[in-house]
Amino acid sequence: MKPAALIRTLLLLAAISVSAQAATKTAPAAPAADPNEVCLACHGDAAAKGASGKPIAVDPAVFAKSVHGEMQFKCTDCHADASADKLPHAEKLAPAACSGCHEEAVRKFSTTAHGKAIKDGKTAAATCHDCHGTHDIRRSKDPASKTHFANIETTCGACHGNDKFAAEQKLPGGNIQAQYHDSIHNELVEGKTLYNRAAPTCTSCHGTHDIQPKSEADSRVSRAHIPDTCGSCHQREKTVFQKGMHGQLQQAGNVAAPVCSDCHGAHSIHRASTPTWQNEVVGACGNCHDDFITSFRHTYHGKVTTMGFGKVASCASCHGAHDIRPASDPLSRVSPENRLETCRECHPRAGPQFASWDPHPRPKDKDRDPILYWTNIFMEVLLAGVFLFFGLHTVLWAYRSLKIKFFGGGKGH
Amino acid sequence: MPSSVSMPVEQAGAAPKSVAGRYYRRFGLFERVQHAGMMFAFVGCALSGLPLLFPYTGWARTIAGLMGGFEGAALVHRACAVLMATVFVAHIFQFLWRGLASGTLLSVLWGPNSLVPQWKDALDIRDHVKFFLGKGPRPQFDRYTYWEKFDYMAVFWGMFIIGGSGLILWFAEGLSPWLPGWVFNIATLVHGHEALLAVGFIFTIHFFNGHLRPEKFPMDMVIFTGRISDHELREERPMEFERLRREGALASIQTTPPTAGSVLFGRVIGGTALVLGLITVFLILYGLFTG
Repeated sequence: MKPAALIRTLLLLAAISVSAQAATKTAPAAPAADPNEVCLACHGDAAAKGASGKPIAVDPAVFAKSVHGEMQFKCTDCHADASADKLPHAEKLAPAACSGCHEEAVRKFSTTAHGKAIKDGKTAAATCHDCHGTHDIRRSKDPASKTHFANIETTCGACHGNDKFAAEQKLPGGNIQAQYHDSIHNELVEGKTLYNRAAPTCTSCHGTHDIQPKSEADSRVSRAHIPDTCGSCHQREKTVFQKGMHGQLQQAGNVAAPVCSDCHGAHSIHRASTPTWQNEVVGACGNCHDDFITSFRHTYHGKVTTMGFGKVASCASCHGAHDIRPASDPLSRVSPENRLETCRECHPRAGPQFASWDPHPRPKDKDRDPILYWTNIFMEVLLAGVFLFFGLHTVLWAYRSLKIKFFGGGKGH
Repeated sequence: MPSSVSMPVEQAGAAPKSVAGRYYRRFGLFERVQHAGMMFAFVGCALSGLPLLFPYTGWARTIAGLMGGFEGAALVHRACAVLMATVFVAHIFQFLWRGLASGTLLSVLWGPNSLVPQWKDALDIRDHVKFFLGKGPRPQFDRYTYWEKFDYMAVFWGMFIIGGSGLILWFAEGLSPWLPGWVFNIATLVHGHEALLAVGFIFTIHFFNGHLRPEKFPMDMVIFTGRISDHELREERPMEFERLRREGALASIQTTPPTAGSVLFGRVIGGTALVLGLITVFLILYGLFTG
């Protein structure tokens, strides 16, 4: 290419780009009456402060990317008590009114734990903007949204993961985020499996504009509703649970009957195959079946699990988990008919009488097992006798020997 | 036997004075090896088994963890149990061999050289307690005192009780065609209680009687060196000394003083066992009071 031709080409390209820039600049200038421009004249300055010294800046770029910005909302759509015609506006404006558009959501919210708290004058309780944001509100499916499923933990955690705030406001359960963070549910949310879209986060169980404390009968996390709430994902477990003893009691309206969270915990739910959980669940069973845990601790299974090692049998190994049935039920894993088969899951060579071993021995119960009772008495007497006799023998001997050593008088030497 | 000490042994007659530097052989090499094997196996079984008796303590998990968890502890426990059983079987063979070969089985089953408790032992207990209370002279002991016999017989009893229950628990599945399941409940209870008895007894009473009492403090080296001094034999076991003197048998058991090396060796392994044992007692007490 000749130099003259090159210069011509460059000039042409420059002309095109200048005209393109001019076009983009002139386009938004057309509706000169856009009230947002008027607002941003003051609020668009990143260092802007109100009369009280409070920052009042609104980043137009952030707002432009928000759902309301995308829909080309005007500032006054939400801040209805301000007007571009009457400036300056009052120093204190009313809170942005979400109910203007989201009437149903706001109405439902007012009946929730958060909504009621606000009505009761607890101004620290979460309201719309605490969860959704202000000028940066995005659609929940947007990964940058405060209400995107992957961000819910942090959003709720702003209050329910703040030790100081939780203590001050007496939030139920204290720092919930800390408990939830290491749970299997959050592990799924953090994308460690393929199914993270379905992964449960706070709102999956508690709801959103219908959050109720568990004490409310219609709460999604009330004792009566927990099996349904968990069952919305764990359908198979729910079905099995409802056929088992615990589920039967629960459905019969027994409020003491254990539901999912009594064994699995609520927020710190772990994979059932982890040894830590298998050990901890013994304690959970013991909340109701205290005497069976005490007797279980007399066995090798019980001692090893007490030390914190897994791999040996704990409650669920023999009794099952969701389908626990009383031993009197022929379908039970520990019924006389099925007991040996249950033992053989770990002890494949177990002989026909193996299951007469008592997994819950009570050495102090004469009627349950007299041989064990009397053996225990014999051993206790033996121990007490030996230690009493030789203990006294040792004390007396030490006394005499020390006396001779330090004060002489070797009578018998 | 070559001896660096060439002083003549007294013959029967006037009460002799003890001779400094003279030693007699009390335990042979095989007996000392048995005691050392038993010590090692016993401490091993105690440390690997006690966590199961006090599983709720922090130390239980630590000790089991050091052995590689409960499976590692079980391996250590069973290895030590096999060693202990080996010592026991070797002892029985030695006992039978000695008794049958020399035709003196009766003398190991009864009489002054026997470890079987006899009427004199009951009288010795009575007299020893009187002595403790300052109401009589120290009893005249023979080769084995009543507390030594108790130690020995306790090991015998324990071998059957703890060994038997241990084998039942070890081979529970294999034995289950012949044994009803409830036997394993009994075995668990008996094994644990007997273990507490044995460990508690050895690490307090045996340690005191054998080693820690003021006359022996901190350790009696006889079980490590096999040698007892002339002075000690006269003081502690006057009847045996008199008997041997009358029989003229003292010369045949007179031996060299223990070498510095053998004493050091005994102090190291014996001292280690003493320290481990006393720590164990402390851990047991902690477990009993926090349980």
